[in-house]
Amino acid sequence: MIASCTSFITSVAAQTTAIGLQPGETDSATSAIVRVLWLIPAIPMVGAGLIALLKQPMRKTAAGLAIGGMFCSLLLAIAAFAHVLGTWGGGAPTREIVTFNWFSLGSSSLQLGWLLDPLAAVMLVMVTFVGLLIFIYSTGYMAHDENFTRFFCFLSLFAGGMLGVIIANSILLLFMCWEIVGLTSYLLIGFWYHKPSAAAAAKKAFLTTRVGDIFFLLGIVWLFAQTGTTLFYNNGAGAIEPASLAALLGQPAALGLTAATAIGLLIFAGAAGKSGQLPLHVWLPDAMEGPTPVSALIHAATMVAAGVYLVARVYPLMSAGAQAGGSTVSLTVVAWVGALTALFGALVAVAQNDIKRILAYSTVSQLGYMMVGLAVGGVAVGMFHLITHAFFKALLFLGAGSVIHGCHDEQDVRHMGRLRHSMPFTFWTYLCGMLALSGFPLFFSGFWSKDAILGAAHSWPVSKGPFVLLIIGALLTAFYMTRQVGYVFFGTWRGHGHPHESPAVMTLPLSILAVFAVALGVLGTPAWPWFASFLGGSPLAFDLHAFAEPGLLPLMGFATLLVLFGIGLGWWLYIRKPMQRPTHAPAHLHVSEHGDEDRDEEGHEYGEMTDVLESASPTVWGWLAHRFYFDELYEATVLSWYAALARLARWFDSHVWGALVRLVSASFRGLGWVNRSMDSQWIDGAFDKACDELVTSGGVLAWLQAGRTSAYLRAMVVGLLILVALALVVGTSTGQVRL
Amino acid sequence: MTPLVAFLIVAAMVFAIGLAIALTRRNAILVLIGIELMLNAANLNLIAFWRFGSKPEALTGMMFAIFSIAVAAAEAAVGLGLVIAYHRHSRTTDLEAMTRMKG
Amino acid sequence: MISGIGIVFLLTAALTVAGALAAALLRNLVHCALSLTVTFAGLALLYLQLDAQFAGFAQILVYIGAVAILVVFAILLTRGAGVQEYRSYGSRWFGSLVIAAAVFALLTWAVVKSLPAGGAIAQTPSVTVQSIGAALMSGYVLPLEIVAVLLTVALVGAVIVAMPENKAKAIVEKEGGQ
Repeated sequence: MIASCTSFITSVAAQTTAIGLQPGETDSATSAIVRVLWLIPAIPMVGAGLIALLKQPMRKTAAGLAIGGMFCSLLLAIAAFAHVLGTWGGGAPTREIVTFNWFSLGSSSLQLGWLLDPLAAVMLVMVTFVGLLIFIYSTGYMAHDENFTRFFCFLSLFAGGMLGVIIANSILLLFMCWEIVGLTSYLLIGFWYHKPSAAAAAKKAFLTTRVGDIFFLLGIVWLFAQTGTTLFYNNGAGAIEPASLAALLGQPAALGLTAATAIGLLIFAGAAGKSGQLPLHVWLPDAMEGPTPVSALIHAATMVAAGVYLVARVYPLMSAGAQAGGSTVSLTVVAWVGALTALFGALVAVAQNDIKRILAYSTVSQLGYMMVGLAVGGVAVGMFHLITHAFFKALLFLGAGSVIHGCHDEQDVRHMGRLRHSMPFTFWTYLCGMLALSGFPLFFSGFWSKDAILGAAHSWPVSKGPFVLLIIGALLTAFYMTRQVGYVFFGTWRGHGHPHESPAVMTLPLSILAVFAVALGVLGTPAWPWFASFLGGSPLAFDLHAFAEPGLLPLMGFATLLVLFGIGLGWWLYIRKPMQRPTHAPAHLHVSEHGDEDRDEEGHEYGEMTDVLESASPTVWGWLAHRFYFDELYEATVLSWYAALARLARWFDSHVWGALVRLVSASFRGLGWVNRSMDSQWIDGAFDKACDELVTSGGVLAWLQAGRTSAYLRAMVVGLLILVALALVVGTSTGQVRL
Repeated sequence: MTPLVAFLIVAAMVFAIGLAIALTRRNAILVLIGIELMLNAANLNLIAFWRFGSKPEALTGMMFAIFSIAVAAAEAAVGLGLVIAYHRHSRTTDLEAMTRMKG
Repeated sequence: MISGIGIVFLLTAALTVAGALAAALLRNLVHCALSLTVTFAGLALLYLQLDAQFAGFAQILVYIGAVAILVVFAILLTRGAGVQEYRSYGSRWFGSLVIAAAVFALLTWAVVKSLPAGGAIAQTPSVTVQSIGAALMSGYVLPLEIVAVLLTVALVGAVIVAMPENKAKAIVEKEGGQ
């Protein structure tokens, strides 16, 4: 990762001036802000690198680097936004791109780049702004944690990755930054790694998103193979520009789909993993094991929004080939998956008891809404809800963090209560967020964004199914949020010790976010559709007559009724009667995550509260509280198959490869044994034999040397005789001796 | 049978007898006696050949024999000295008991 | 003085051989030594018959007068005079006899076969003691000197070899101390 970042940055620096920049669809030369746009992700990444080198006690430096980097990115993002605002009004979204060669293979080269268009500009501002607020909040929340510097290093790296995803013009570059984001998510969920549950949750998040990423990568490769470029926009030659789209539409893939549809579905699979759509949603609630700022930033506002952003980015691909009055296969799939997710999340959120888990399932549900919005209403509808959701969800999470901090790290809502008197600031800002999420009419941003989605779903030509699911979801959303507020802020105090309000460094971001949670609604009203016009590049007009569109006002009224009914139901069940802890243990209706029992002031044994709905219908409650047993299903099927595969691999390794290795080692031992026995038997034996022979012959020869003098004499004489005889015989025969 | 042959045969006889003594008898001194006899037989050979040889005036044979006598005497002295020393050491002159040089 | 194979020669030869045989066969060591002496005497007579008077008298002086006495001394010093503790003849006496006979056979055969029959009896050489002395001092002076050294060495050596050990050590220490 670091190597590719370095190569990325150096190739940018080396080639940006050399190649010459590609002007966007504007006629003017690329502006300065676009040329330095790469700084927006680069500054936080460099900051992360610097913080990684710091020592642990240098907290102020770490926080300063992270917040400073993010602030610089924010300024640059605002400048980019202002620039795009300046070029607005041409009827089509203005888009400026900068491309560069990453590496060349012979004559062809792989090009990467970044772009600036309204969609990117809006996301940049949102991410940097919310990110900055959360960074500031974290300095207070993590003040007592000893791994303060590591936290900011990871946060900064995450911010860099996310900003890279936003401005990437190449799907490959997007994927690289996508992976950075996934990595930092893993690091941050498992931040308290010595907790086994946190480590397991991090692993689960990584692996689940990985499943989605595999399909995403397949889509990228296919797209590159078909179009020959990874760039989104490249003056008509980009992968999702009309020329390529026409080619993709003409190319048939399997199952009667076109290549465009298939690639779109594959890319959506990646988005589904990152954004927690069904069935890859299982990691998001477990991701609450991380610190609350992490939950707020990554799992509410930004990272999970990356999936939605990706779909928005490749929207031309997904919507290619749609007939008038219809939709494409990919978008239909997106809509249905999103709708099911929305309903599922809302249902499960009703039965949760952990304050963060309620919000997590709420996020799952809202992400479904965003996907439906993209599919049925287009980029503007989905993205508007994303932007508003980012603000109020971040607000809710930070508020939850404030509550947890004030209740001394208590997270079970059954052990809280009556906090509106002890933590008023948190209460009022939380209330703003809750009303925005529920979609309380008119004053809160959530109403306008959700209403836009409902309206688009209602008028979707393909089916009314998603609309029905979303309606039920909206009702449930209002209900469970009221239930949560009732548990946390109303009733009697059911916890330990005394809760206190959080410090200013934590409450200030809350108030800023609350303002935006209310005010952003202004950007999306039908009368003044600023957001949609900005994204589309069309001119803006304030037109109250837009409210007169047929079906709009009845729909808004219906939605309002739903919200009020949901809030009313929640108030009736949870707020009307102050909830308190029972003084004796309840009998059999228990779905608590941890069944602790302790005593009140008088020493009476406390039991655990049962929810009103739980006592009303325990089976349904059980299904909801166990999240429709999705985790258990996965455990029984995929995980057990995988474990079996792993066991098979281990058996193979130890018995087959191990046997091979043992065979080799045994053969070597055998060779060694042969060597040794050869050596000891033949060579040593031969040697011993030779020595024995020597000894024997010595013995034989020694017999001659028996010390008997007469024998010596005899031998001498005999020898002499023989010599003389020889001499005589030879001499006479040769004539030298004449006898 | 010339006188020379006769003398030579006598010398051979004495030599053989001296050899038989040296090889057969067990006493070390008798072995030395045998050796002396052998030397004497050789001396007789020398004198015989000197007398019946080609140039007796040169005195070669006689000289040889005289020197042989001198050397034999010296050798006898040393040998008997050895036997005496051995006898002092191990109280025996039995040749078959003298096996200290056994290999 | 020789004049063919006369009776004198035969008798003298018989005496010599008999003495040698006696030395071979007798059991008593002193008897052996004395028969050795007889043999020496016979040999001396043979030398005299061969006109080698100096050699004959040297034989008598040296062998009978010194070597035989020496042998007798040795016998007496090693208590060989009395009862023998062991047998006279070695264990392989037959093989030794055969070897001796073979040697005799070989020598005789060589002698008989080689010499021409009918060798002339040469003139009696005139050998005077003076001529022997002159030869010793002129032509054979080197052997003479060497024999002198040899005799000295043998003398000293025999003395040392036969000396009792403690006396030998004392002499060595005295020599070393000076």
